Amino acid sequence: MLVLPLLAFILITFVVPIGQMLQRSFYNDGFSAHMPGISQWFAENPRGSEPNDAAWAALADDLLASAEARTIGVVGTRINYDVPGTRSLFTSTGRKVRKGIEPPYREALLEIDEDWGDPRIWSAMRDASRPVTSNFYLAAVDRTRAEDGSIEQVAPRQRIYVMLFMRTFWLSALITVLTFVLGFPVAHLLATLPMRKSNLLMILVLLPFWTSLLVRTTSWMVLLQQQGVINDILVWLGVIGGGQRLQMIYNQTGTIIAMTHILLPFMILPLYSVMRTINPSYVRAARSLGATSWTAFRRIYFPQTLPGLGAGALLVFILAVGYYITPALVGGSSGQLISNMIALHMTDTLNWSMAAALAALLLGSVLVLYWLYDKLVGVDNLKLG
Amino acid sequence: MALPTYASPLERVWHYAYLVICGLIFFFLIAPIVVIIPLSFNTEPYFTFTDRMLSLDPEGYSMRWYDSLLTFGMAAPDGPRDAGWWADAWANAKWVKAAKNSIIIGFFSTLLATVLGTLAALGLSRPEMPFRRPIMAVLISPMIVPLIITATGMFFFYSNPCELLGLVGLPTNCGRLAGTYPGVILAHATLGIPFVIITVTATLVGFDQSLNRAAASLGANPRTTFFRITMPLILPGVISGALFAFVTSFDEVVAVLFIAGPEQQTIPRQMWNGIREQISPAILAVATLLVLFSIALLTTVELLRRRSERIRGLTPQ
Repeated sequence: MLVLPLLAFILITFVVPIGQMLQRSFYNDGFSAHMPGISQWFAENPRGSEPNDAAWAALADDLLASAEARTIGVVGTRINYDVPGTRSLFTSTGRKVRKGIEPPYREALLEIDEDWGDPRIWSAMRDASRPVTSNFYLAAVDRTRAEDGSIEQVAPRQRIYVMLFMRTFWLSALITVLTFVLGFPVAHLLATLPMRKSNLLMILVLLPFWTSLLVRTTSWMVLLQQQGVINDILVWLGVIGGGQRLQMIYNQTGTIIAMTHILLPFMILPLYSVMRTINPSYVRAARSLGATSWTAFRRIYFPQTLPGLGAGALLVFILAVGYYITPALVGGSSGQLISNMIALHMTDTLNWSMAAALAALLLGSVLVLYWLYDKLVGVDNLKLG
Repeated sequence: MALPTYASPLERVWHYAYLVICGLIFFFLIAPIVVIIPLSFNTEPYFTFTDRMLSLDPEGYSMRWYDSLLTFGMAAPDGPRDAGWWADAWANAKWVKAAKNSIIIGFFSTLLATVLGTLAALGLSRPEMPFRRPIMAVLISPMIVPLIITATGMFFFYSNPCELLGLVGLPTNCGRLAGTYPGVILAHATLGIPFVIITVTATLVGFDQSLNRAAASLGANPRTTFFRITMPLILPGVISGALFAFVTSFDEVVAVLFIAGPEQQTIPRQMWNGIREQISPAILAVATLLVLFSIALLTTVELLRRRSERIRGLTPQ
């Protein structure tokens, strides 16, 4: 079969890596693999049981073993995801335990750091004692597990992910609408002009499409910045004073303008290819039957463009939801999207499980839209240029 | 499109307003790309038109930013421009290195994507192909899945590609793909494949299967049939798919950020650094060169498309 080599290639280099990455969103053995004793104790005692002497002894043993194997940092990092600021509790305790620890372990550990008595730490360790966890998904929708195991919202100050998802979807919808408003007249003009002229004007649409994404983003940075061309023109025209130059970049405005420009061809091209096939005599017939030009457009022409509109809008929305580069460069802090948060967790906080959980939610929504696209338009009808 | 003679005055006004609106939208599309070209010749390190540039004073324009593309990273940038200087630029200049990397990675990933993609497109357009739509959906998905997700997946996979072999009891350590040329090439090939499939499938629409049967009935074996009959007909689609794949690789930065090492810095990666750290008009010089490059590519693709339509008889000439 001719398709098999490619199918295998895509499966190995694309589907499997993504699956493997997503596995991290619910599987993290950073604690359980290195702290077997206390994990065992958690498995044997139900939630709510007070840590007894056996638990403290297992904890001290595990801390010692983990500190000697130099894995205590991994363990601390895992608990740190659930209770921020606790990584150093593990690493510093590990150092002190290696100098020697005597029973009774409870008193000895509390002597080293009284945070060991904090029920939140014990609750987090219990959650982490099983490698399979839903905690990262809970965190991705701003929820956390309370000490008694129930699910609650995190403190209002820490609710960022739901807000980011909402912002991503809202901005993508806005950009889709903007590309439609700008793309529709242009596509209509291109579709109704004679072939020779429209081919010429088409270059103006295709050139941005073929130009490097970074080049287009760079040019918007150049145009929009405070000492940039657009502000200069506005000052020169006297629209704004020299002291009140507009802040159009490093915020949402920058993201919206640049992404609308970048995604506009993806709206124009499918609209154009559908409009090309619309027979103009329908509109003429409507006019001859007494419809005004507005009625003829609204009742006859526009409904026929819907397949192109659907294809373009879905494509633009799907691409916008996952955008990373442009928001990262021109978005500032208020123009960041969920992709940027995934990148942040990948490269800066190194909370890979969190990145994977956010990626899973993003991927889920994109796949739903992709499925919808396949149903409505059909992937084999995807056209380029 | 001309106005009909029965148009009312209001419709005339609306028609001209509509043309003006379209003109403004075209301006919005093209102006940001055009404006960087003169700005890249700025003498001053600013991103706006200086007074001297506006008065068309030759002093206001210079090639210094293009020059800095060559000298940046050189061992001895100030020496006389003899053979040794050029050798230094060829070996050490960061942008030259980046260009070499982009071309190497782009070439091999395009080759891989085109060969695999064309074969698959041929298979997919056979009428007897089972599960056509789901397979197509999987093969197109690298274009749809957000790049950041693809890149993170590849980041883990390429740092230890054999991890999964452990599940069937094989050794799990077989080196890394991350930070190597093959790793980046494989990643870019994956991203380029959807474009090849789409363009080649589009060329195969309306491909007359009886041509193949005719060749077979005249005694040609499948290989001869492919190279003498099928290939010439789908070649324009294959080439434009390859160009799409090349551009995808040439423009790709997210996967490079995650899986490439310092040895595989490409042009977009170098631009990314330049934009994030300290943006200088040298970026605009690169951008201008890239715009010229995309004009060349666009022209090629358009010519190919017309040729393809002509030889398949879609548009009468």
